[in-house]
Amino acid sequence: MNHSSSTTGKLRDIMKEVERISPDVTLKLNDSIVSTIYGDAERITRKVVSQKSKPRVDWDKKLDDVLTSRTLGIPMMLLLLALVFWITVTGANYPSTVLATVLFWGQDRLTDLCAWLGAPAWVKGFFVEGIYRCVAWVVSVMLPPMAIFFPCFTLLEDLGYLPRVAFNLDYLFKKAGAHGKQSLTMTMGFGCNAAGVIACRIIESPRERLIAMLTNNFVPCNGRFPTLIALAGILVMGTAYSLGAAVIVMGIVLFGIAVTLAVSRALSATLLKGVPSSFTLELPPYRKPRVGRVIIRSIYDRTLFVLGRAVCVAAPAGAVTWLLANIYVGDLSVLSHCANWLNPFGTLLGMDGFILMAFILGLPANEIVLPILIMSYLATGSMVEMDSIEALRRLFVVEHGWTWLTVLCTMLFSLLHYPCGTTLWTIRRESGSVKWTALAALIPLGVACAVCFVIALAARQAGWV
Amino acid sequence: MDLINRLFRRMDANEESARKSNNQKTSYIIALAGNPNTGKSTIFNALTGLRQHTGNWPGKTVLRAEGSCSYRGMTFNLVDLPGTYSLLSNSAEEQVARDYLCFSKPDATVVVLDATCLERNLNLALQVLEITSKAVICVNLVDEAKRKGIEINTASLSEELGVPVVPTAAREGHGLGKLLSAITGVATGSVVNAPYTVKYEKKIEDAVVKVEPHIRKLVGEEFNSRWLALRFLEHDQTVISAVQKWTEERVPLKIKAGGVALA
Repeated sequence: MNHSSSTTGKLRDIMKEVERISPDVTLKLNDSIVSTIYGDAERITRKVVSQKSKPRVDWDKKLDDVLTSRTLGIPMMLLLLALVFWITVTGANYPSTVLATVLFWGQDRLTDLCAWLGAPAWVKGFFVEGIYRCVAWVVSVMLPPMAIFFPCFTLLEDLGYLPRVAFNLDYLFKKAGAHGKQSLTMTMGFGCNAAGVIACRIIESPRERLIAMLTNNFVPCNGRFPTLIALAGILVMGTAYSLGAAVIVMGIVLFGIAVTLAVSRALSATLLKGVPSSFTLELPPYRKPRVGRVIIRSIYDRTLFVLGRAVCVAAPAGAVTWLLANIYVGDLSVLSHCANWLNPFGTLLGMDGFILMAFILGLPANEIVLPILIMSYLATGSMVEMDSIEALRRLFVVEHGWTWLTVLCTMLFSLLHYPCGTTLWTIRRESGSVKWTALAALIPLGVACAVCFVIALAARQAGWV
Repeated sequence: MDLINRLFRRMDANEESARKSNNQKTSYIIALAGNPNTGKSTIFNALTGLRQHTGNWPGKTVLRAEGSCSYRGMTFNLVDLPGTYSLLSNSAEEQVARDYLCFSKPDATVVVLDATCLERNLNLALQVLEITSKAVICVNLVDEAKRKGIEINTASLSEELGVPVVPTAAREGHGLGKLLSAITGVATGSVVNAPYTVKYEKKIEDAVVKVEPHIRKLVGEEFNSRWLALRFLEHDQTVISAVQKWTEERVPLKIKAGGVALA
């Protein structure tokens, strides 16, 4: 006891001494200390660093003059983005067809095997038409775009371009009452929304961090890009295919960014009032990307990771969908009952009941929305031959009466709806609040419904459909 | 080549057995500090490979990455501190970094500097050296600096700072071996540093002279009393309350230590 009182006593004495010597001159002392350290650093630097030959052309500066300029910065950014999408769409088409052919040849062989084994119809249905077909769709629709898109994106990252994107967008986010760093977390969201939400830690102010977390979902992640690309492909089938699809996907992405800004603005004016805080953003030098390593890393870290997750979720989802589509209550399957029940609402939003059902069943992972939709259409409709986008178009447009409005609303709903289960769980963990997590799901859902409703209404009123 | 390798291995084995027989510790905690964008994470990844795990710093939403690496029979547990430009102001990252350096006392601290903008990076290095003498300076991205025509005299930098300085190009894997051996020297204590001390204006130095002895009486050689004196003079509440907490928690230990000293 004695010791304790004497040590805290000592501390009190020190504080008294400190108070006597420097009575609350915190700021001045701090300034002097900082400037002394900077002075010493400068002196040492002068001693040990010698600039031998100034490189003739400062490429970093030249590039930055264009890529981060006031006028050219954003157009250049859009051009690069469009280029990446164009490469992805063009490049993915052919391997996608090949993969689909191979995998559905496999399905036929499995069907033969079942027939040869004399397996009951439900075994064949459950395993081959349920699980195998869903997984095969995920692989053939998603693998090629991912294998091209991710390396392109990682290449830009490795080059040092992404911080420049943040730099270009900083001004817009400031205007929206959000933190400039939100442009960085948003960019991370293109990879994965859950990762984007975790990245929000770099924003110090809790208000701005919450805004960034609640709006991260408005940029399409890995899981939704392939869906968007495939749907864009249906929309422009035939004419100027790749270019058209790339432009459409880019339009959707820009719309997502616009919604991010609008919702951020609305949040900072209502629920999360406040003034944006400032920060310094350092632009790292451009670095020559290590192409080989980039490709390996993006294939291992991203493509296979996302694909693995998609397959893991797709297999049970395929099984569930098949069961829902094949368990009959009365003369309709459970799936059809649900879809019929949802249909009026779906129609109001420019879609149909099956599409809404797919979004609901796809909550665990956005990757599987499209496969579930295909599954449920196939299970209720007649069997079609599967060879990539063209088959998809036939299934959706010819057999189930999709119009351009249906495709557009599905794309927009996919872009805006709620974040996937993983992301919601991450938001819950990061914000520590059920209330904000619920809002993180409800705000996007509200926006998605409103946007689709207005577009569908307008299109129908104008007689375009 | 093979012969040399075998020779080295034998030397390693000897060293290892010698260390074991001396009952020395073989596991060290190494902190990694540096500005953002200096390749700190590249070095961390290169040294630890897949043996790493991440979490949060207690009570903070700042990412904490740890990993281990073995070198000549020793285990280095690397702690990747958040990337900061200084240790003076009070963002969560800076607090985490400086509290760790001061109060957790790693066996060695590697300060990673960007060779292409050494001056700005040196500010952090000088601040780290104010807290701990057991530091190794790693001048990274020397390949990039060379491309820009920047030459850094690492020997003279080492002389100035009074600690080992190792040039590296971590993206290419150059210099990591030398870095590990420098870390070994500092962590095991076979290399004793005499780090550069920043001398402040007279008014501040006079105040430090008055306050520091009192602080030393309180904390002994446990923490860097000069650094604490400076923070006390700045009325830095986070440091003051950390010391207060430490004095309250330490009491039973002190009695024990006193008893041992008497015996």
